[in-house]
Amino acid sequence: MTATESTRAVSEWEVWEALAEVADPEIPTVSVVDLGIVRQVEVMPRGIRVEILPTFVGCPALDAIRDAVAERLAPLAAEIQVDVTFAEPWTTERISPEGRRRLRESGFAPPMPATAGLVPLLPVARCPFCDSRRTVLENPFGSTLCRAIYYCTDCRQPFEQFKAV
Amino acid sequence: MTVGTTPAAGLDAAAREALAELLLTLADDEFVLGFWDSEWTGIAPMLEEDVAFSSLAQDEIGHARVYYELLAELTGDPADGIAFGREPEAYGHCRLLDHPRTDWAFSVARRYLYDTADAVRLEALSRSSYRPLADAVAKIRREETYHLMHGDVWLRRLATGGGEARTRLEEALEVLWPDALTVFTPLAREDVLLSTGMLPEPISVMQQRWLTRIAPTFAALGLPFPFLADDSIYRPTFPVDLGGGRTQHGDAFQWLWGEFTSVHRLEAGAVW
Repeated sequence: MTATESTRAVSEWEVWEALAEVADPEIPTVSVVDLGIVRQVEVMPRGIRVEILPTFVGCPALDAIRDAVAERLAPLAAEIQVDVTFAEPWTTERISPEGRRRLRESGFAPPMPATAGLVPLLPVARCPFCDSRRTVLENPFGSTLCRAIYYCTDCRQPFEQFKAV
Repeated sequence: MTVGTTPAAGLDAAAREALAELLLTLADDEFVLGFWDSEWTGIAPMLEEDVAFSSLAQDEIGHARVYYELLAELTGDPADGIAFGREPEAYGHCRLLDHPRTDWAFSVARRYLYDTADAVRLEALSRSSYRPLADAVAKIRREETYHLMHGDVWLRRLATGGGEARTRLEEALEVLWPDALTVFTPLAREDVLLSTGMLPEPISVMQQRWLTRIAPTFAALGLPFPFLADDSIYRPTFPVDLGGGRTQHGDAFQWLWGEFTSVHRLEAGAVW
């Protein structure tokens, strides 16, 4: 890398492109950008500041995500700051259409659209394996905070849904 | 973890002290309940509930972490030090959360009373003039929705299950009701919290809203609800003692404290 290149100011677009390569530690086929975890990118003269939103407050992956973001951006600027913020609540509405597609591909039912209120859990999910809607909610709590467990009565597969929040 | 930008600098000494007390009660409530819930991991009556209670515990301890971090920004003490470094007498959780896990009906009854009370408290705090708290609460409420649904299902299941389930639930409620009121123990500096809008309404008002909201459920299920409604005010039919509601802790908590501080006491500052 030449001196000119290393001092060239990075664009905000380049930062978003780099962040799109940072995988969610629990569902590696989906990026933190597609999950809507990145709220804001700010490019400053000497560094980059990124704001991330916790999906679930007690999610232990948050620290891993913050470290992965900082590590990926390190080559782009001298100072990297990753702030966790509650300035707006992360909701499953923030997951992009591409993120929803990739969730399904990985065997997760994407979250149902959240209704206006605070009670978004619908007792029906579409099976990510056979597309059937004949599914049963087994447990609103699953292997991680963000997942609920369902059972498909057609293909007889248990599966997880990314919980609407 | 930094939690947003803090207008803590704009608070005078009295406001800081009052806010610190409020944050500590919120944090300690969630923290202690989280550890009691985690006592069901591996031994809940069914696999689904093993998973559910472990998730509930993880949620509560996550919420406690946020409150401890807000407190840390205010006082300059490290959040972990506040969470794990105090003597048992210094914890400010309410007496409802001082009881051990006991049996399943007891845990269900306690969670129901606490979750419904906490929901009223969070609803108020989502309008707090202290923005970092209001923002965190907005997020926490979305997660607590699942706790409320879970608690409602189980209260109904045990209440209508007949036999031992019903008897144990009633017995648990008899024990817990007097202490349930301690979720709404007045705070020493409540006047300051109210005048600054950090607490949008008096704790006594929240208590009445909570009782008004859950009364129909208890009536419909015919479960113990030891209050008389007098001009829309619910008055307890038992002697109320909120003195020491958040300061007196018994042997069960001493034991739990020993458990959750054991790593910290072995090696302060240990990390995974």
